[in-house]
Amino acid sequence: MVTWTLVFEQLLNGVQFGVLLFLLAAGLTLIFGIMDLMNLAHGSLYMLGAYIAATVTHWTDSFLIGLVAALPATLVIGIVVEVLVLRALYRRGHLDQVLATFGLILFFNESVRLIWGPAGIQVPLPDFLNGSVDLFGVPYPMYRVTVIVAGLAVAGFLYWLVVKTRLGMLIRAGASNREMVAALGIDIKLVFTLVFGLGAALAGLAGALVGPIRSVGIGMGENVLILTLVVIVIGGIGSIRGAFVGALLIGVIEILGRAFLSTLFELVLPSNAAETAGPAVASMLIYILMAGVLFFRPQGLFPARTG
Amino acid sequence: MALLNARNLVVLATFALLALAPAYAAWVETPFYLDLGRRMMILAIGALSLNLIMGFGGMISFGHAVYIGIGAYTVGICAFHEVTSGFVQWPLALAISAAVALVFGVISLRTRGVYFIMITLALAQMTFYLGISLDQYGGDDGLTVYAPSDFAGLIDVDDDLSFYYVVFVLLALCLWFSQRLIRSRFGMVLQGARQNEGRMEAIGVPVFRYKLTAFVIAGTMAGLAGALLANHTDFVNPEMAHWTRSGDLIIMVLLGGMGSIAGPIVGAAAFLLLEELLSGVTEYWQVIFGPFLILVVLYARGGILGFLSRKDGGDG
Repeated sequence: MVTWTLVFEQLLNGVQFGVLLFLLAAGLTLIFGIMDLMNLAHGSLYMLGAYIAATVTHWTDSFLIGLVAALPATLVIGIVVEVLVLRALYRRGHLDQVLATFGLILFFNESVRLIWGPAGIQVPLPDFLNGSVDLFGVPYPMYRVTVIVAGLAVAGFLYWLVVKTRLGMLIRAGASNREMVAALGIDIKLVFTLVFGLGAALAGLAGALVGPIRSVGIGMGENVLILTLVVIVIGGIGSIRGAFVGALLIGVIEILGRAFLSTLFELVLPSNAAETAGPAVASMLIYILMAGVLFFRPQGLFPARTG
Repeated sequence: MALLNARNLVVLATFALLALAPAYAAWVETPFYLDLGRRMMILAIGALSLNLIMGFGGMISFGHAVYIGIGAYTVGICAFHEVTSGFVQWPLALAISAAVALVFGVISLRTRGVYFIMITLALAQMTFYLGISLDQYGGDDGLTVYAPSDFAGLIDVDDDLSFYYVVFVLLALCLWFSQRLIRSRFGMVLQGARQNEGRMEAIGVPVFRYKLTAFVIAGTMAGLAGALLANHTDFVNPEMAHWTRSGDLIIMVLLGGMGSIAGPIVGAAAFLLLEELLSGVTEYWQVIFGPFLILVVLYARGGILGFLSRKDGGDG
């Protein structure tokens, strides 16, 4: 039986998932929009963030230290990758970028298997977050509330960074015309490296946060990468606002679809047909949405560049 | 362009090796080589078909393995329902792949560049999840194909050796067909559209229809590879259509040399050989293969055949 409580709870789960997707999408869409770089290895940074946070958490028995350790670690890994590999790819076509970053995925996945072994890692929920809060009469896990709040805080921070600071101004200027910014004497390479590092750290943060919710494992980067790509395509490549709206939309649709589509289908279909069709359509729902958005608005909902 | 340049020699040598592989496998009593050679050729058909749209049409599809998956599943599902006649299975596999390619093509060809890459990726992922949700046909675990395609005694697909040469002949036919297609007026329009779509439109060519036709042809050919693959592994699973498999196909095309018609065949052979060699060195072979791929992208863009024709001073 579907109750209001259940719907509300799943809606919050959707928002929480959307917020995580936003952390990934924000970095990816900036990298895409500014550097015109298609980076498939973004999911690998998410995976590395999760593994590093999980390992440090187990070493120190402190989730917070694990979380804090993951940020600089993924930042540094991101910068090293940018300098060693991606820099040579900015002027190349998308196909070269796709292939080289696909190579990075293979490398990172296998390295993780080499270092941590094929089995996943469980991350215990930190004690102080292991409760539930009462939201409008619905008890909801404290940890998930924290993730939502943290994600919204990051969204606020990014808004401030991009709109109010000098670095943000350079980022926006770089997105609309790279050559002009470079010609004005700005070290655009440095800006690129910083933005890439920032995106990597955000992906690492998302990975670290997801540890206590899902187990940490090797293919986790790829699954979330595809969802993130869907988010930024729907939102419009290069647009942080689009990434935010897209991420929440995808998060909510994905979770609600999986939770309620079968029930919804039962209203119109015989129950065994609904039980088969429900999960099938639910897993395809966001891709259908993406195809629909691209069909009617090929530049996404919030195109970053006009013309 | 001389007929016997280094480039053509490599292609000829690859075919000669593939033709002789069964004899060698029998001689050293390692049936595995037969298996490897057959897998090379099946994937070569897939890579060949991808190169038609990617190398010559400029359409970077990141979901080409979908059609291999659909071809394979068609054979698998037919066999599951005890329809084992190859005369039904294989044409059906081609027809369904073509139909899906038509639908996906209509949707994705509205977009350009990086959006095209992403929408083909998304459609592929959608199909992958559809395969997983097919509980009746094994879902995530896939489906064992207990009976091979039956060609009423004309060809025995169950016999390793005769199936090997069936694949060999089909690969040669696909290569011949690709060559004819690319050098035809149709192929010229396709390549013209890759270089400058606007100009092609301006001289009155309905570019979209040409690209869509190429997309469907490529999908159909990949569907054939899928039907072969189902008979090769006696097993189908959604993993066949996973986006990383599509990535593998792109790598094969790149390794062989994009834009040369026979390149993907050399690329597929090189890819599987590398996989074999490296996984013999270490279980963690992708730690080596990943950086290798990056180096190829950065420093050897023409692939194996491109490298050879540069040395020849050929036409690139």
